[in-house]
Amino acid sequence: MVTAEQVWEALAGIPDPEIPVISLVDLGVIRSVDVSGDQVRVEFTPTFLGCPALEVMRDAMTDRIAALGAEPEVRVITDDSWSTDRITPEGREKLRASGFAPPAPRENGGPQLVQLRSNAFRCPYCGSRDTALENIFGPTPCRSVRYCRSCRQPFEQFKTI
Amino acid sequence: MPANAQRLLELADDELILGWRNSEWTGIAPMLEEDVAFSSIAQNEIGHARALYELAARELGTTADELAFDRSPDEYHCSKLVQLRLVPDWARTIARHVVYERADQQRLEALKDSDDAELAGLAAKIDREEAYHRMHAQMWAERLAEEPRFNEALAELEALVDARDEHLPELGELWDEMTMVRRSVAGATW
Repeated sequence: MVTAEQVWEALAGIPDPEIPVISLVDLGVIRSVDVSGDQVRVEFTPTFLGCPALEVMRDAMTDRIAALGAEPEVRVITDDSWSTDRITPEGREKLRASGFAPPAPRENGGPQLVQLRSNAFRCPYCGSRDTALENIFGPTPCRSVRYCRSCRQPFEQFKTI
Repeated sequence: MPANAQRLLELADDELILGWRNSEWTGIAPMLEEDVAFSSIAQNEIGHARALYELAARELGTTADELAFDRSPDEYHCSKLVQLRLVPDWARTIARHVVYERADQQRLEALKDSDDAELAGLAAKIDREEAYHRMHAQMWAERLAEEPRFNEALAELEALVDARDEHLPELGELWDEMTMVRRSVAGATW
């Protein structure tokens, strides 16, 4: 019989379809795993509701759980109980090492324009805080684009959600 | 129609139609950054519409796709504000963005306190994404603050927020475009 640990391990092998350096478990989007006999119920939250990778992720989870010989049920949770603060320390480091600045911690009231325009964000390449907001939006809904004035490198900043 | 489903459809229709209108800037915005921004905002709005249609669909015994694409244009409950086709007028587009985000914020604040825990949770999630739309709108409002065409448009569009009973001919044109593929698939069962 399959155990919850085996399920978590299998899910940790699924890369995020849009940022493959990080797994779904690193992202913290898998909210719970419940094993009851052969039935495995997983709850997960999309980072953004319009994420086009939603179906791909759901199918990948279903396949991995079925490969363990269990019967999967994947539920999508659309409340605000996930935030980018749930990205694991390992996940944050993987993002940074690949040139994505990890999200700033979520504070009370959420992100503010004054914060995005400040020097609170560090360049993932050279570590400088002399960075500027180029565009609140980027190649996917979860990313902004910033520019490092120190090493003159544009980089992607994971949004705080 | 139950009052709750009606409220969900108003919100979902606003987000769907505005998402389509925003996507009309994809490829032709005045600068590359705005091409990316409006495309991304459009993607978010349509994502919100999908989640809201799913809640409404459960209540009405149908599916999100059927609600989004299988009603006739006069069955949509969206505000006149989002129906307007504003390409290629950038000042009015930004004015609509500012007016819409302000009205949407008030609506979301009320929904976050809803007795329906699922709806309140969804509204809170949507609001976290909308925070970025509001910041984007704010940056543009600051930039165009002295621009008469922008200020005139703000006053003009503000009056349309609650106008839901009237359908503009351009909504029908958008509907044709939006549902064309779905209506043309041979052997479709919808």
